[in-house]
Amino acid sequence: MLLSGEFSLDHGLVLGLGIASVILVVLIAVRMDVVDHEGHPIQLTYRFIGYWLWLLVEIVKSSLDVTRRIWSPSLPISPTMYILKAGQPGELGQVIYANSITLTPGTVTVRLDGGDILVHAIAREVGDALAAGEMDRRVARLEASGIKVVERAK
Amino acid sequence: MMFAAATIGLVVAMALALIRAYAGPTLYDRILAVNAFGTKTVLMIAVLGFLMGRPEFLDIALLYALINFIGTIAVLKFFRYGDLGRAGGRAEDEEGI
Amino acid sequence: MIEMLLDGLSWALLMGGCFFILTGGVGLLRLPGVYARMHAAGILDTLGAGLFLGGLMVQGGLSMVTAKLVLILVFILFTSPTATYALANALYGAGVRPVGRDGRQCETIDKRGKSSKP
Repeated sequence: MLLSGEFSLDHGLVLGLGIASVILVVLIAVRMDVVDHEGHPIQLTYRFIGYWLWLLVEIVKSSLDVTRRIWSPSLPISPTMYILKAGQPGELGQVIYANSITLTPGTVTVRLDGGDILVHAIAREVGDALAAGEMDRRVARLEASGIKVVERAK
Repeated sequence: MMFAAATIGLVVAMALALIRAYAGPTLYDRILAVNAFGTKTVLMIAVLGFLMGRPEFLDIALLYALINFIGTIAVLKFFRYGDLGRAGGRAEDEEGI
Repeated sequence: MIEMLLDGLSWALLMGGCFFILTGGVGLLRLPGVYARMHAAGILDTLGAGLFLGGLMVQGGLSMVTAKLVLILVFILFTSPTATYALANALYGAGVRPVGRDGRQCETIDKRGKSSKP
């Protein structure tokens, strides 16, 4: 309904009732104390923007690299598996790290097991660059900042 | 003009994905190719909406994006467990790294 | 004047998107083994779809159309790593191992940088 782009009186009424019921349900859920830790990590939002921009640049860079590898006639690839240690203490940070690895072309997360991540890289250089650990450190910092925000809020 | 050119480019790319889906050789190659094909379908519907001057096509594209993801997960789950009703979690046959 | 600039920008974005989508298609055909092909699909999902929808957004201007395009792009960007991870995980669970260019299983490098050839 929101997507129809029409805001007449009856549309507004239904949307308003929808918003009201969402707020009511959230209030009840908070009061019942059934909100678990698997919610959307909203505490990270504003630190996220900086990380997203950095990740975007990385995606463009690695996309161009993989594109060059695909189009060059000699197909210069050397697929390799890497076992990496995730430097983030919490599950959320590890999931963000694993997802970032997959989102960057050239590296794919195959398995996440405790603190260990199994990664498939399209070439040795790509994997070695990931193993150098800049993304790992950035996600760890992001997660640490999020925890601080939550503790301050309590 | 530009939308027509983009559509032609998309059709060629879709044909490439179809060849991979046909050639296989494994089941997972096919799933990957179909997933890529689905993403291209979403883009195709979006650009067709512009080409025909009917922006309401975008709602369909949005729906396709949703269904493509759910379909891929459902097919993977089906071939893993043999049915769709099984609860998630760690399978007993799953080994660590 | 501005209109021509916007048109040129959207041409460039659309053609760039098409190029990366075609790259993904070619990679899907050329690369050996299903693990390597996932990287080609990754290009298609990130840069290809991003540039392509970006080109359409320039045409859409500030309107409901652009809002929907942003929604589609965000959705593709959020679901694509999840689907790829699910596929890779299922592959690994099914016992499929990545192969190198010679068609044999590729090497694994562990946390200390030690390489092991199977």
